[in-house]
Formats: sequence, C-alpha cells, structure tokens
Amino acid sequence: MISSFSEPAVEVAEAAPILELINVSKRFGSGLEALAAVDLRVGRGEFLSLLGPSGCGKSTLLRIVAGLTPPSAGDCRLAIDRASGRLGFVFQDPTLMPWSTVIANVLLPFRIARRRGAEPRDKAAAAIRAVGLAGFEDSYPHQLSGGMRMRVSIARALVTEPDLLLLDEPFAALDEITRLQLNDDLLRLWERYRPTIVFVTHSVFESVYLSTRIAVMTARPGRIAADLTIDLAQPRSRATRLSPDYAAMCERVSATLAQAMGTP
Amino acid sequence: MNRVWLRVIAPLAVGALFLALWQAAARLSGVPVYILPAPSDIAGSLWVDGPSLLGSLLVTLRITLAALAAAAIIGGLIALVFSLSRVIEISFFPYAVILQVTPIVAIAPLIIIWVHTPFLALLTCAWIVAFFPIVSNTTVGLNSADRNLLALFKLYGASRGQVLWFLRVPTALPYFLAGLRISGGLALIGAVVAEFVAGTGGAETGLAYRILEAGYRLAIPRLFAALFLLSVTGIAIYLVLDFISRRVLRRWHESVTAEGEE
Ligand SMILES: Nc1ncnc2c1ncn2[C@@H]1O[C@H](COP(=O)(O)OP(=O)(O)OP(=O)(O)O)[C@@H](O)[C@H]1O
Ligand SMILES: [Mg+2]
Repeated sequence: MISSFSEPAVEVAEAAPILELINVSKRFGSGLEALAAVDLRVGRGEFLSLLGPSGCGKSTLLRIVAGLTPPSAGDCRLAIDRASGRLGFVFQDPTLMPWSTVIANVLLPFRIARRRGAEPRDKAAAAIRAVGLAGFEDSYPHQLSGGMRMRVSIARALVTEPDLLLLDEPFAALDEITRLQLNDDLLRLWERYRPTIVFVTHSVFESVYLSTRIAVMTARPGRIAADLTIDLAQPRSRATRLSPDYAAMCERVSATLAQAMGTP
Repeated sequence: MNRVWLRVIAPLAVGALFLALWQAAARLSGVPVYILPAPSDIAGSLWVDGPSLLGSLLVTLRITLAALAAAAIIGGLIALVFSLSRVIEISFFPYAVILQVTPIVAIAPLIIIWVHTPFLALLTCAWIVAFFPIVSNTTVGLNSADRNLLALFKLYGASRGQVLWFLRVPTALPYFLAGLRISGGLALIGAVVAEFVAGTGGAETGLAYRILEAGYRLAIPRLFAALFLLSVTGIAIYLVLDFISRRVLRRWHESVTAEGEE
C-alpha cells in the first residue's frame, strides 16, 4: 500500500494526494450551511485528525468523502475507487448487524461484493485476530462489550485492506481505559497496514497522540482554520504521553482550537 | 425458578378460587341451569358433547389457520411492495386502514353473498381481520433499518436487492413476528364472527354456529363448553406463535436474549 514510512508526512502529501477537497461547501435542504469552502489535501499513509467543535461539519465532511452525500459546491477528488472496498468507514456507534455473528459482520463487505469461499473467510479471521478478538468469531454482538463491538467494527473496515480509512469519533462513547487501549491498537494497525486515515475527534489529546497531522476546523459553517504537522517521534506509545513534546504540542493545538472557535 | 412457579401457580390459584365461588354461587342461589350453569354442569356438557364440539372446533380452526397463513404471506408481500415503493405505500395504505377499521360484521354479509364457496367466504372474512397488523408492523420494520448500516451498504456498493435481503428483511423480522402474534388471535375472532353471520352455511358447522344453536335451544352448559374450547384455542394459538417467535429470534433479539441474562 505505502512504502515511504520514513519520509515526513507533509512531503508525502505533496507527492501523491489520495484525497483532495477543493473549495468544498455543503448547504443542507433546510438552508443550514454546514461547510464553507473547505480545502484539504491528504497524502497516502498520513494519519490526519479533523478537530473541531460540535456541529462544525466534521461528520458531514467524512460523509462527502465517502460519497454518502454530495457536496453543494466544490470538488472532492479521490485517487481510489470508492465502491471496491478501497475505502473503509467506522461510525461512532459500532453499527453491527445484531442478527449476525462477529465473523458474518466482518464478512459483510465481501458478501456485498459477492465474494465467497476460503479467501474472504481467511481475511476475516485475520482481521478479527488483528483487533484482538480471536475466539469470538461466532459470538453475537449482544454478547460483547462496547469496546469489543467497536473492535468488530474496525475489523470490518479493515477486512478489505482499504487504502483510505475514515473514522468518525469511533471511541467517543467508550470509557477512558478502553479508549486509550483502542488508541494504541489503532496505531499498531496503522503501522502494520499503512492505510491513510482520516480521524474525527473532539479530543485534543487523542488527536495529538494519534496523528501525523491535525486539521483544526472553525465553528459552523466549518472550514479549515489551521493545519498542523505533529512531528512527535514514531512509533507512538504510552511513553509519548509523558513526554514534554507531547504536552507542548497539546498546548499548541488547544490554543489553535480556541482561536478557531473564536474564544481566545 | 421461584418466579417461574409463581407465574404458573398464582394465576391457577386465582382461577380455582373463581371457579369455586362460581360453583357455590350457582348451587346456593338456585338460579336455573339455563341461565347460569355451575362449572360442574359445564364440565359434564364438555364430557358429553365434547367429541361433536371438537369436530366443529376443527372446522373453525381450519379457517383460522388458513386465514392466518394467508395473512402472513399476503401481508408480508404487501409490506414488501410498500417498502420498495413509497408511492405505492402512500397510495394504498389508507385503504388497508379502511379495511381494518370497518367492522367485519358489517362487511361479512356482502362477502358471503359475493364469494360462493363457504370455506373461501369465511376465510376471506378472517383474513381481512388478520392481515392488517402484519402489514403495518412489517412495513414499519422494513423501514427501520439502521441509518448507518444503510450508509455502510451504500458505501460497499450494495444493490437494492442486497439491502433488502441482508438488511431490511432481518430488521423487519421481529416486527413481522409481533404482528403475527396479534393476527393469530384476530384470525380466530374473524373466523368466529364470519360463522355467526353466515349461519350454518355449508355442510360443516363451525364452533360459532354451535354457540348460536346452543343459545337458541337454551342449552347453556353446552354454550359455555363451546366458549371454553374457543378460549383454549385462542390461548394455544398465541402460545404456539410466541414459541415460534422465540425460536426464530433466540440467538440475537433483545426481547429474547435479555431474559437469559437474569
Ligand atoms: N441531513 C442533514 N440535514 C440538515 N442538517 C444537517 C444534516 N446533517 C447534519 N446537519 C447539520 O449540519 C451541521 C454539521 O453537522 P455534523 O454532523 O457534520 O457536525 P459534527 O461536526 O460531526 O458534529 P459532532 O462533533 O457533534 O458530531 C449541524 O448543525 C447539523 O445540524
Ligand atoms: Mg459528528
């Protein structure tokens, strides 16, 4: 998928954008203007966080990228084919089919693509293992904890080995312990599979810990107020959270966010 | 465990107490049997007339089950069509409601005139009463698919057929089964009402006609015996449908799985 792990993210972005938003705006039928002139380039292999106040249009932006809703104006260019499983989406809720087992849920993208047989099953089993749920293949969602359900959701998004992974506040509903654990797990998965990730969050700490880059958005109508490269050492781990660099970066991002929200 | 016993014993105790009071009241007050028979009179009648009443029950039961099956199949298909086309749903749903709210006693005479085969006429009446809960429940169910799951299906390029079979139909299943449980009781009521209106009709007489006949002849214990059989049948239909519903949903649906966690 991606080879140039050692290069700084920004240079990669300039070399080969996988996603390019040009002047994208969105006005809903109700007349509400959710996004105003968003420009954003995301390079292959980046881990980009979208950080912004509630209601600023982060989910709307992700839905536009995923092709679930059209932009009112502007251009959303993707270097990949959306429908072929090159794009994965994780919602805030696990969004599992309660009548299906874990493995059947993870197999859904293949089932829709009419791919059957041993190969999809192997991939699904591998994805379930990768999120640490080996042994739960035949469980039903109601038998799992909230964190485990979220892992199933991530496994389903990863199973097609997407080039671009969109996550919309995937851990917002989880407790702190589970959330930190899943943060680390997500980083390990990113290092291993190297998809490009666009991650929506409210949390400054989470975004700094995870990302190579943070796009800070203004309150509605949302636009990109600041674009920050997070050059903390890779790979990130629990030690990162204790480093002075991390604290300083959080401080800076917080200040930028406050500025973007107009509350200095 | 205690709770289960309580659930069985408590209602039975109430029933036994009620029967005992009834027996005492009927015997002590001296009200004639043709006005208020004692439970023992009814039991006697059940013993004597039982075989012939059971034959009539079978006639009514056949109509009920056929109407229920037709309601499940046709009602399910109507809901499916409604879910595929919003225009069709909007255009036809009001007529389903009209059919539902018009008292079946009022339309039964017409149906009996129009449909010449007695069995089919009675079946039609029972079906009209039974099909609506299935249509309305299943329609709601088919339209209740999770918004995000719908988005996910769209993202992976699912066809309309795939969205229907993999997502909408499983979502609708619990709704359909809830509708079916309501329709089971309604089908029996519909069959009985239709038999009342049709009178003896064909060669075979259903339980409802036996009730009418017993009333005319002041054979009140037999009337009660028939009534008793009718109630037992209604309860049995409900229990069977409830059992089927639990079997089908047992692995995943909250209505069933929550109980196992107590
Ligand atoms: N389908 C819709 N029709 C009309 N308005 C909408 C629709 N979807 C979202 N909005 C509005 O657009 C604005 C942005 O919504 P969006 O969900 O993108 O915000 P968000 O940044 O994801 O917020 P949060 O962080 O709370 O999830 C909100 O004011 C919302 O009310
Ligand atoms: Mg959102």
